[in-house]
Amino acid sequence: MIYFDQAATSFHRPPQVADAVRDALLTFGNASRSTHPASMASARMIYETRQLLAELFCAPGPERVSFTSGATESLNLVIGSLLEPNDHVITTALDHNSVLRPLYRKEKEGVELTVIPADRDGRISYQELEGCMRAGTKALICTHASNVTGNLLDIERLGEICRRHDVIFVLDASQTAGIVPIDMSACNIGALCFTGHKSLMGPQGTGGICLAEWLSLKPVKVGGSGFASEQKEQPPVMPEVLEAGTLNGHGIAGLHAALRWIQEQGTENLRRRELSLAQRFYEGIAGIPGVRVYGDFTSWDRCAVVSFTVGDCDSGAVSTMLWEEAEIACRSGMHCAYPMHQALGTESQGTVRFSFSHFNTEEEVDRAVCAVKKLGEDLV
Amino acid sequence: MRERKLKLVITFPSTTQAIAMEKKCGENGAAGRLIPVPRQISAGCGIAWCAEVSEREYLEEFLGEFGVQYEHIYEIKI
Repeated sequence: MIYFDQAATSFHRPPQVADAVRDALLTFGNASRSTHPASMASARMIYETRQLLAELFCAPGPERVSFTSGATESLNLVIGSLLEPNDHVITTALDHNSVLRPLYRKEKEGVELTVIPADRDGRISYQELEGCMRAGTKALICTHASNVTGNLLDIERLGEICRRHDVIFVLDASQTAGIVPIDMSACNIGALCFTGHKSLMGPQGTGGICLAEWLSLKPVKVGGSGFASEQKEQPPVMPEVLEAGTLNGHGIAGLHAALRWIQEQGTENLRRRELSLAQRFYEGIAGIPGVRVYGDFTSWDRCAVVSFTVGDCDSGAVSTMLWEEAEIACRSGMHCAYPMHQALGTESQGTVRFSFSHFNTEEEVDRAVCAVKKLGEDLV
Repeated sequence: MRERKLKLVITFPSTTQAIAMEKKCGENGAAGRLIPVPRQISAGCGIAWCAEVSEREYLEEFLGEFGVQYEHIYEIKI
């Protein structure tokens, strides 16, 4: 199998990740519930992982990093905690359902929602976004990168706009955490929601929220905390306020190993490698008759994602043919991002999305280009 | 009956701060260990730092120097 579905989840991982999960399964107790060695082994690993994440995202410190099951849970917790009826919130057409659906639900509860539209290349207007901010705008909640086109939003600029208007900036870093640099402090990010299983290469079921010191959230989930058990309410202290119940210590051990590996390799090196493979693929298919690539490719300061269509073929049929004829694993359809497809004009056809990992090879990319060329000849 | 000894016990607002204390003490050679919060202090579970009473002055300075958030410092027989 040639795996080009990194934007959905990592398939290739450093071997240390699986080793760490196995070791944790064999040695970990329940973190923060006791002081025996098995419990402490888990607690220490979890604390070190908070430290590594705080360092990676320039978060205020390990105590400001809460673990969740992934970006969807993180966004649900932040949105559920932050927004009240009559608040105004802004998002973008680039966003994924993990942002949009919690916001649509809040809209039904009386929150006013503005979705900043995207143009045919998937770009937003920052002026238009700033123009939508007004008294009562509580938050801007948006993705760092489109999972359909791979284009980045300028988070430094968005953070500055939020600072000017005293609006909380909540970032969905699902597509970028671990591969694109993020400085929470420099970008004025109030809450950074991330998943552990994409570019961070941890196991599925890991993720979290990094919270700025100036922002506090009330708990949405409540339950066991391992301390203050006599209180009827969840202790309002970070990071545990967002972590009711037993943490996924086994998964977090895998994430810890992945973070260490990323630190050793250097994010910039990994990103350069990924982007060179994406660029090789883009240049290989962009000129094929009948193949249309979507998004803004004027800059390679982007994610390693290339979305395309072949003639007027159903994207699902194209991805099936790619698998059957070349054993290529990719993603087709709407990518849980319908407004983005409406902007691109692909809401009925969907797109075929290739997303690259630094573990892929030039040979794999060249085989993929040949496979797309063949489909172009056969189908258009 | 086992003899109870007077000990210094430091409590924290969260388990994460208790683990932070252990890590910083380990890195800087400060004495002590984590224990379950004694029931004389709280019935609500949690983890506390336990050291000899003679370490009090040193640990008070240590907490300030390394920015560990703590709740209280007790001297109790455990």
